[in-house]
Amino acid sequence: MRDFSYIAATTIPEAVALLDEKGESARILAGGTDLIVQVREARRDVDWMIDIKSIPEVNALDYNATTGLVLGAAVECYKIYADDAICDAYPGLIDATKIIGGTAIQGRAGVGGNLCNASPAADGIPPLIVLNASCVIAGPNGEREVPVEDFCTAPGQTVLEKGEMLVSMKIPVPASNSSSYYLRFIPRNEMDIAVVGAGASVTLDAAKETIVSARIALAAVAPTPLFAEEASALLAGQEVSDEAIDAAAEAAQAIARPISDMRGTAEQRTHLVGVLTRRALNGAIQRVREAA
Amino acid sequence: MLENKDYKVIGTRPIRHDGVDKVTGRALYGADFQAAGLLHGRVLRSPHAHARIISIDTSRAEALPGVKGVVTAKDLPDPGDKIADLGEGAVNLKYLCDNILASDKALYKGHAVAAVAATNPHIAEEACTRIDVTYEVLPPVLEVRQAMEPDAPLLHDHIRTTSLGETAEEPSNVASHIQHKLGDPEKGFAEADVIIEREFVTGTVHQGYIEPHNATAHYNQDGQLTIWCSTQGAFTVREQVAEILQYPISKIKVVPMEIGGGFGGKISVYIKPVAALLAKKTGKPVKVLMNRADVFEGTGPTPASFIRVKMGATHEGKITAAEGYLAFEAGAYPGSPVGPGAMCIFAPYNIENVIIDGYDVVVNKPKTAPYRAPGAPNAAFGSETVVDELAEKLGIDPLEIRLLNAAKAGDRRADGPIHPRIGCIETVEAAKAHPHYTAPNGKKHHGRGVASGYWFNIGLESSVTINVNSDGTINLIEGSTDIGGTRASIAMQAAEVLGIPAESVNPSVVDTDSVGYTAVTGGSRTTYATGYAAYEAAQDVKQQLIARAAKLWEVDEANVQFADGEFSSINGKEEQISFRDLCGRLGETGGPVVGSGTVNPGGAGGAYATHVVDVAVDAETGKVDILRYTAVQDAGKAIHPSYVEGQIQGGAVQGIGWALNEEYIYNAEGEMTNASFLDYRMPTCLDLPMIDAVIVEVPNPGHPYGVRGVGEVPIVPPMAAIANAIYDAIGVRMTELPMSPDRLLKAMGKI
Amino acid sequence: MARRSHVQTTLNGETVEFLCEPRQSLLEVLRDELHLTGAKEGCNNGNCGACSVILDGRLVNSCLVLGVEAEGKSVETIEGLADPDKLHPIQDAFLENAALQCGICTPGFIMSAKALLDQNPNPTEHEVRYWLAGNLCRCTGYDKIVRAVLDAAAAE
Repeated sequence: MRDFSYIAATTIPEAVALLDEKGESARILAGGTDLIVQVREARRDVDWMIDIKSIPEVNALDYNATTGLVLGAAVECYKIYADDAICDAYPGLIDATKIIGGTAIQGRAGVGGNLCNASPAADGIPPLIVLNASCVIAGPNGEREVPVEDFCTAPGQTVLEKGEMLVSMKIPVPASNSSSYYLRFIPRNEMDIAVVGAGASVTLDAAKETIVSARIALAAVAPTPLFAEEASALLAGQEVSDEAIDAAAEAAQAIARPISDMRGTAEQRTHLVGVLTRRALNGAIQRVREAA
Repeated sequence: MLENKDYKVIGTRPIRHDGVDKVTGRALYGADFQAAGLLHGRVLRSPHAHARIISIDTSRAEALPGVKGVVTAKDLPDPGDKIADLGEGAVNLKYLCDNILASDKALYKGHAVAAVAATNPHIAEEACTRIDVTYEVLPPVLEVRQAMEPDAPLLHDHIRTTSLGETAEEPSNVASHIQHKLGDPEKGFAEADVIIEREFVTGTVHQGYIEPHNATAHYNQDGQLTIWCSTQGAFTVREQVAEILQYPISKIKVVPMEIGGGFGGKISVYIKPVAALLAKKTGKPVKVLMNRADVFEGTGPTPASFIRVKMGATHEGKITAAEGYLAFEAGAYPGSPVGPGAMCIFAPYNIENVIIDGYDVVVNKPKTAPYRAPGAPNAAFGSETVVDELAEKLGIDPLEIRLLNAAKAGDRRADGPIHPRIGCIETVEAAKAHPHYTAPNGKKHHGRGVASGYWFNIGLESSVTINVNSDGTINLIEGSTDIGGTRASIAMQAAEVLGIPAESVNPSVVDTDSVGYTAVTGGSRTTYATGYAAYEAAQDVKQQLIARAAKLWEVDEANVQFADGEFSSINGKEEQISFRDLCGRLGETGGPVVGSGTVNPGGAGGAYATHVVDVAVDAETGKVDILRYTAVQDAGKAIHPSYVEGQIQGGAVQGIGWALNEEYIYNAEGEMTNASFLDYRMPTCLDLPMIDAVIVEVPNPGHPYGVRGVGEVPIVPPMAAIANAIYDAIGVRMTELPMSPDRLLKAMGKI
Repeated sequence: MARRSHVQTTLNGETVEFLCEPRQSLLEVLRDELHLTGAKEGCNNGNCGACSVILDGRLVNSCLVLGVEAEGKSVETIEGLADPDKLHPIQDAFLENAALQCGICTPGFIMSAKALLDQNPNPTEHEVRYWLAGNLCRCTGYDKIVRAVLDAAAAE
């Protein structure tokens, strides 16, 4: 493994100053489950690892029924799914946190790291997209916010500029009669990277028969996780039906631009987008209907 | 015929002797070895699947601070055209040496080309990036049928096909062609009412042991070379290292550390000679560890293969003829397990007319190594799927057709040998009677499949020494590395002879200087052959103790008997002494008692298995879930039933992995793209149900307690059983392994 | 070379200090610096669980933790599990159930099982399988391991 230096930053300004000074040669260490492997396998050249886990803001896990969730960038998966209120409000996010790696990975890895790693197959990102999350970014010029669907720009690339770091994700309070769902397809039952992932959120009318609005997002079918905007829009105002869901799934398939690699073929992925979009939508609808 | 009888120790389930060390983290495996002044080695591997090595410049690596030595193939003695004798067959020494460090050509991605020793592993790794190798990249040959084409690029200029005693004129990637023939296949097919002929393709798969290869070597000033390592056979390491380094075996000591799995993959040496070269060059002990990618890319997996099976049967279900064509990828050098595959392919059946052709073909992939019943699983995937299809066409229950044609004692295997007493019929009958087989199976997209399998097992040499302690315990010294509880199963056989509890035996696996020659822990031979040697050593102890009792009582040895742990005199004098008490009186009766047993038994006795599996297929995604699994196997006599079950369960699950997801995935350049546990996709515990292991005991006449090897045959049936279950679930015959979701989607016409 | 850092941590209940390079993982530190070789390297990228240890009460892969990150934390390894005169119930259950063959994955499984039973003393079979999915075993087919963990839960 290449030689590097380690610094444990304790404040955002300290971390930002370090990132600004070291530039490309520095990388934030949170859970480390991607970063350490990438450096060890010489897939990323890093001279400075800046550990942010002692910074209070990145450990925030604050849910409030009127303002929503502030999810610190370094919060480990296991803390997220241990919180009952968060489980109730954002089940689609919980779906993802329970399948990222195995138990030991979930003890270190978080959704913020998943986002910054910017893998096209990241399980954590589609749920954030369908939940309308935004990213709070700190940098030398202060803070800014970016919608999650705009955060990743290419495999391993994000909108973060020199000196910038992800501090937290903000997720709004879910509307009434709404729920969310995330699933992925993997050949095993755990410990795999998504061949395709699909997340959905839906808001139904009071009778739980008509879709007021929906959001669909996909993983592992493009250079970044995708917000399936047209497919989502098709569902607004539709009665819940197989036809409406099939139409949305077809529209989702239309935006998929998958590659063939060791994890799956392009044809398989395109096919799975349809299957998983239907299952994600049906899963979210079922959750709305099962809720009291 | 041996009968099952009441044993005191055999058939019980004592705690294994090495158990406490292994659950407390104290057991020392190869990588755990530490020594003062230890250097760390790292191997540089070819990034190309097929390339000529033009030059290697190590100077920049040698200049890096902390680097203590660099070696290449030039540091190995010239192998010339010598044939190395490794006990299990002759091997061209140049192949052996070139696979350790490539001399002229890199023949697969991951092929070792140089190695570095440095003061820490990170420096050794960095030094490898500073070794400048100039390659002339050549087109790779990545698939067996492609390699057999006349215009395929050649891996070796000098390989000419040997076929049935003849050697061809022109060079080829086909190293050899073998054939077995029984009866008149043409006539047999003419008698058939139904004939099924199918082609099968299987992928390259790895043993997947969790512990990477490791070796630490040190040369003393007197030239004594010691190697500490994880291996399936310390003596075979000694033989291979002696041949490769052209060094006398008497100057090499191999110390087997605990071993973290092997399944056949830790018989061939890879980094052990490299560690020795580095130790020689630096004068320090050098530890070389592989990482996981090294293990996938630089050690021997089991081959991909192309198989064609044709079988014919009468309306009544009698199989009249069988034809098998097996083309196996040997990897970079000749020596695939196509031979064993050809021996096993139709062995569960008594078929009068058989022809089997086998081809050993080199391709630009790692030189293959044994993996649990090497060759037999590939072969059985073909033959057991065709038998299932025959049963279906004939409207006969798939287990019934197996019973109708089952091999039994006296029948001839297609490659010649006559079966001794075997348990083929018994395993099929037990499967048929099992509640799993009769349980309802009617849900949509659920299916049930069965398949049988055979492995011949081997004997080979083993040595055991027993030192008797004054407190009535014994120290049992053996040379078989313990990969799955064999200390216990060997100790139990000695304990049974001596009428003492298993806990009174203290088994030790020792180095090559400290015990007689013992062949590998492999071939399902350890509990059988080393257990046999322990039986013999214990008999030796018993005879010596009878002599001591006779001396004590001043009677004739013939007047001393031993039963239930007690020596007693017969014919007159009323004398009795326990084993334990007599052990306390060895000093006064002539000194220590040391027993020894050495064997090379010929009667390993073949093993049969029949598996039943239920699957659920997700028809939209192509994913297969294993719902229920029952594995029936003839163990001859289960010495420690828990560890017999463990072998059955473990073998079945490796087969499930092979069936569903495991394979080496290559890109067009011949690079493996999934050389990690993440993407190689071995089963996790969440992918499996409990595995019901059912032991059938048909005693093996070739062992004093009736033992048959159990380790290998459980991996033979799963692939076909699962393929047959998938067919039952969705009506699609899968003929390619693994039966991964994308292949199922294609077969179902969904993509 | 980056300077070796001084780290103080609690290891199996005892305060220990060590020096390490930032690039050395907790697994390397445990094995090469502190000579606790019970945690094993199977893959060095978090996919096999052979290096599982408990860090501040949470199961982690020690190959994916830097040694320097252990500063001020508490690390539990397989070596600290048993009492001097008595095995931990999970260790007993592994022996009784013959839940190991080669044994290389065993320390990782036992630490993983301990982390599970610490927070869920009565897991279902499915919960055990889900929790242990990050630990690979290639010998046993997992049957006896799952039974051992269920037995240990029942015994505790």
